[in-house]
Amino acid sequence: MRSFRKLFLVQLKLYLREPVAFFFSLAYPALLLLLFGYIYGNEPAPEFWGRNFGTVDASVPAYTGIIIGTVALMGIPIDTASSRENGVLRRYRATPLRPAIYLAASVAVYLLVALLGMLILVVTGKLIFDLRIAGAWLNVLAAFLLSALAFFAIGYIIASLAPTARIAQVVGMVIFFPMMFLSGAGMPLQLLPENLRRVSDFLPLSYVVRLIQGLWFGDPWAELWLPSVILFGIFIVGTMIASRLFRWE
Amino acid sequence: MQAQEIITVENLYKHYGQVKAVDGISLQISASEIFGMVGPNGSGKTTTIECIEGLRQPDKGKVRVLGLDPEKDFYALREIIGVQLQACNLPARMRVEEALDLFASFYQHSVDWRALLDDLGLTEKRRSFYNQLSGGQKQRLFVALALINRPNIVFLDELTTGLDPQARRATWDLVRRIREQGTTVFLTTHFMEEAERLCDRVAILDHGRVIAMDTPNSLVSQLGMSRRVTFEINGHSSGATKIANHAASDFNPALLGVVEGVQKVDQDGNEVVVHGKGNGLVGELVRALENAGVSFTNLRSEQANLEDVFLALTGRAIRN
Ligand SMILES: Nc1ncnc2c1ncn2[C@@H]1O[C@H](COP(=O)(O)OP(=O)(O)OP(=O)(O)O)[C@@H](O)[C@H]1O
Ligand SMILES: [Mg+2]
Repeated sequence: MRSFRKLFLVQLKLYLREPVAFFFSLAYPALLLLLFGYIYGNEPAPEFWGRNFGTVDASVPAYTGIIIGTVALMGIPIDTASSRENGVLRRYRATPLRPAIYLAASVAVYLLVALLGMLILVVTGKLIFDLRIAGAWLNVLAAFLLSALAFFAIGYIIASLAPTARIAQVVGMVIFFPMMFLSGAGMPLQLLPENLRRVSDFLPLSYVVRLIQGLWFGDPWAELWLPSVILFGIFIVGTMIASRLFRWE
Repeated sequence: MQAQEIITVENLYKHYGQVKAVDGISLQISASEIFGMVGPNGSGKTTTIECIEGLRQPDKGKVRVLGLDPEKDFYALREIIGVQLQACNLPARMRVEEALDLFASFYQHSVDWRALLDDLGLTEKRRSFYNQLSGGQKQRLFVALALINRPNIVFLDELTTGLDPQARRATWDLVRRIREQGTTVFLTTHFMEEAERLCDRVAILDHGRVIAMDTPNSLVSQLGMSRRVTFEINGHSSGATKIANHAASDFNPALLGVVEGVQKVDQDGNEVVVHGKGNGLVGELVRALENAGVSFTNLRSEQANLEDVFLALTGRAIRN
């Protein structure tokens, strides 16, 4: 597994050398948190959240959804399609490197990056706004993993279907941005009019927010079976399709 | 010594829609030779070499490389060949040393890449990002990547395209050194001179077919034209152009056709090219011209080369 390790390390370095990607996946959600944290504070608002939590407490798990969406729907399609377009993947293909190892190393990098983004959110919340969590960290982490893997599969499918990097970028944006606002990730669903709120039932990112936020607030898995099952389904089916569709050139 | 065939290609076909990229090619390459495929743009060099490497699937035909089927034994073949692609890249922000270290890890056996860097004169560039390298440095990096597993055969597609003449010569030396270490070299180029100077054997491709294959020397001598003499009729200064054109239209090529050793006379404006053989050819031509009172300038004599072979076989010059 020497090639997995090397590929993982090199790709991680490459990611960190890319300031724009770095900013959007790591710093941007934390900036949002700072902004809305200062505006609304983190006083418990049971009348709004239905339980004893404040804006920051609810935003950290929701923004985790933004991070997963950014990495999966912007980062993965653009990186993968442009590596294919400019012939980086062709060069790999001329070596004994197996596609599965390439994909595993890349997925590991994206997971780590997303995890780092979440960590920055949590630390910002803890240090500045006295962030509260009622659920178990391990559950939140498991939900994070499931959500990220499900969404990464979607990202790789977009990357494979898009003929060019430019199209991959546009498709990623068109899917991600509306979803960010209509899923509860970018802003609470309670702020949306009733009919728009319905739309969220059809957006995969909504289930990420429901699952992570639910576990964060301390709901048991049993109450969250619907988002869990949906995300698990996307993960299984998506991974099958993504690995079928993956192409070096 | 019995030459051992390590690459065999039989009746290879690859069509892209109407384009017959490879149209029935057969080749045999023996161990430790430098084999070159040469031909104009779009003649099918890359398609052929990539079918042999297993990177493209031929429509028809049989390919064996070191006894392996490039399609079925795809990964086994990767381990023992090295590939430099005509069109590929590395990530812009990947460092030279990272690339070598990474690619070395893909193989079961790899050489010490530091020595390889040294060999290719890239040691000072080891910390540079890929996108900071010049074209020639990128080429050398790709050669290094192609050699990193100490391959039995290395495939080099358009190795020297985009290099200046000095870098090109240095690359030829490098290719010769690779061969001296026992590696078979299969290369493509559209520089006839390169094929002639570097390759033990050359296949000339045109429209997806091999139109000639032999050592450069035999190809040229089979042509039966050993020499080419070029001169201009009285056109040495621009002021004289008018007169020269006049003189050119007066000039009768048949005048030289009868000179001993001359095989063919071509005239293009005031430039005349005489193909022929024999040691006394130049002297005979000068005498004939002076006797006829033709004033000429800029007379030079060159050995016939692969460009002439291509011209003779296709009726076209290889460029354009
Ligand atoms: N993937 C492809 N799809 C469609 N047509 C292709 C493809 N690859 C090659 N061709 C066509 O096949 C022909 C041969 O191309 P090839 O790249 O093999 O030529 P070449 O001899 O390597 O040319 P060059 O000197 O420009 O590198 C060309 O007409 C080209 O347009
Ligand atoms: Mg080519």
